[in-house]
Amino acid sequence: MTTTMTRTLTTAKRGDTSARYRATVGDVLFRIANYALFLLFAIICAYPFYYLIINSVSANDVSALGDVRLWPVGFHLSNYTQVFQLPGLPMATVVSVGRTVIGTVLTVLASAFLGFMFTQTRMWGRKFWYRFLIITMYFSAGLIPVFIIMKTLGLTNNFWVYVLPFVVQPFNVILAKTYVESMPRELQEAAEVDGANILQVFFRVYLPNMTPILATIAIFSAVTQWNSFQDTLIYITDQSLYTLQYLLYMFINQASSLAQAAQNAGGNLGQIAGVATQQTPTSIRMTVSVLVVLPIIFIYPLFQRFFVKGIMLGAVKG
Amino acid sequence: MTTQAQAQTVFQEAAVHNLDKNSRKGRARRPRPAGSRTSFTLFLCIVPFLILAFLFSYLPLYGWIYSLYDYKPALGLEGSEFVGLQWFQMLVSSPTQMAQIGQVLMNTLAISFLGIATSVLPLFFAILLNEVKAPWFRNSVQTLTALPNFISWVLVYMIAFSLFSSSGLVNDVLNDAGLITTPIKFLDSDQNVWITMTLWSIWKGLGWGAIIYLASIAGIDQSLYESARIDGAGRFQLMRYITVPQLMPTYLVLLLLSIANILNNGMEQYYVFQNAFNKEWIQVLDLYVYNIGMTGNSLSLATAIGMLKSLISVALLLTVNAVSKRVRGESIV
Repeated sequence: MTTTMTRTLTTAKRGDTSARYRATVGDVLFRIANYALFLLFAIICAYPFYYLIINSVSANDVSALGDVRLWPVGFHLSNYTQVFQLPGLPMATVVSVGRTVIGTVLTVLASAFLGFMFTQTRMWGRKFWYRFLIITMYFSAGLIPVFIIMKTLGLTNNFWVYVLPFVVQPFNVILAKTYVESMPRELQEAAEVDGANILQVFFRVYLPNMTPILATIAIFSAVTQWNSFQDTLIYITDQSLYTLQYLLYMFINQASSLAQAAQNAGGNLGQIAGVATQQTPTSIRMTVSVLVVLPIIFIYPLFQRFFVKGIMLGAVKG
Repeated sequence: MTTQAQAQTVFQEAAVHNLDKNSRKGRARRPRPAGSRTSFTLFLCIVPFLILAFLFSYLPLYGWIYSLYDYKPALGLEGSEFVGLQWFQMLVSSPTQMAQIGQVLMNTLAISFLGIATSVLPLFFAILLNEVKAPWFRNSVQTLTALPNFISWVLVYMIAFSLFSSSGLVNDVLNDAGLITTPIKFLDSDQNVWITMTLWSIWKGLGWGAIIYLASIAGIDQSLYESARIDGAGRFQLMRYITVPQLMPTYLVLLLLSIANILNNGMEQYYVFQNAFNKEWIQVLDLYVYNIGMTGNSLSLATAIGMLKSLISVALLLTVNAVSKRVRGESIV
């Protein structure tokens, strides 16, 4: 009785109207089933990541047998120092980080600039050029014609193929433009009275005030760049331009060459590596997977609240 | 609110337009603030970006003419033979080719339909999660279930591989429990490929897909619930008569978009999951174009198929947009 009272009081304080009446048996059953359902689904979503992590830090002979299931066995971190001795992995990390950083910065700047410029009603042919950009969202010539154009432009086996096609993204331009339109026009007028030209207005006045929308564009663009796999597959044959995702895919599929690489990497460390820390195909796959997913696991929860708010704003407004 | 804002912008634009006209007629010129540029200089600022859009989106359209040639990369377009509509005829004339295309189309449509059929799941997910009152539990569930959306298909495949391959965790556990003696081939099998692909898509996308509905639920006018409760509506009646109808517009827009994209499944997921065993059932159009164009080197045939696919997709998009305009009075694109 007292507990029910307290709960009613606390929930009422939170302004939650649905729990003000006394919970019936049906309500309680529903609530239990509901919580159980979400607990189950959350575990299904999270466990695979946990599984990769505990296997990457467990004794490699145990993890190769698939016996690491609930917690790490024979904890060690040497997998992480060892995988960097695999041929191609340090370079792939540089390429992946490079395309993510450069690609994100360029996309964010271009989206913000175009979003701002398309609010300039004085611009020659503004509406036409805006449509010219937006229409590209709805069609694609197809894989092969795009491939041939990239080849003609000299972008195959070229780092810039990772970045240039992503710079102008119509959807991001729309987001930025809508945001600029919600800012007071007087900002620009005031700056222009003070003698600022259009670039100064953009860089000094608008850009610093667009942080929320730019952060959203940045995180989505960074995730896309980091995860991208198809462009390496299609445009790149030069091994020094492989990305981590591509390397991971090769590690899953090429068991025999992987075992070879593992032995070579192990051989370099021959004296210090015991059986437990000797690289196996499993340990390499797990460790590279964790390297690929760790940035996302760290960054994503920090930004999650932010997306939800951004989407919420859009949904409430629309 | 949006309409108001739009109307406002239209008025502003109209006002500026009139001003410009007036100044051209030689009436009082609008004093330009110091440092402002002419309209053409403004345009020049965005030209580099327009060039990028042209190079990567418009210029490839020119490449559709490769479908009229027997294109050999080594010879270039000048050296390649002009064959007219041969590739298009081939698609429908040879029985083997027809059978192959038929299978590919079937896979594409089946996987898309399964995706559309399961597109109500995020909606249910959001409605049920909204009934969870403990904020810490709600937030944790939301964070954990949206996480798979942010990883690549390669990593999804890595997870599938470590959990479901013959020597993977699931087979190990089942074996230890004495439930099976030979490993179940979850990945290297031609059984239920469409369903497993749909399940992986759900695993990856469900939590994230629910976020937009959660946002919409948060935007529902609370007085609707208040008054329904006063009228004696229970929990399920509130869901049935208020939440679901209020979410329908959002659901319909997403549904129409997925219908417009029925031929575009993308290729990454199917590329990483394809193997010699499931190849027949997993080849969707996008993957098929890649396989025959890049691996099989039939560049012209692949262009022809990709071109037909693009044209049909644009036609579908325009159709659902027209339907949406007529039925809902709003366009979706």
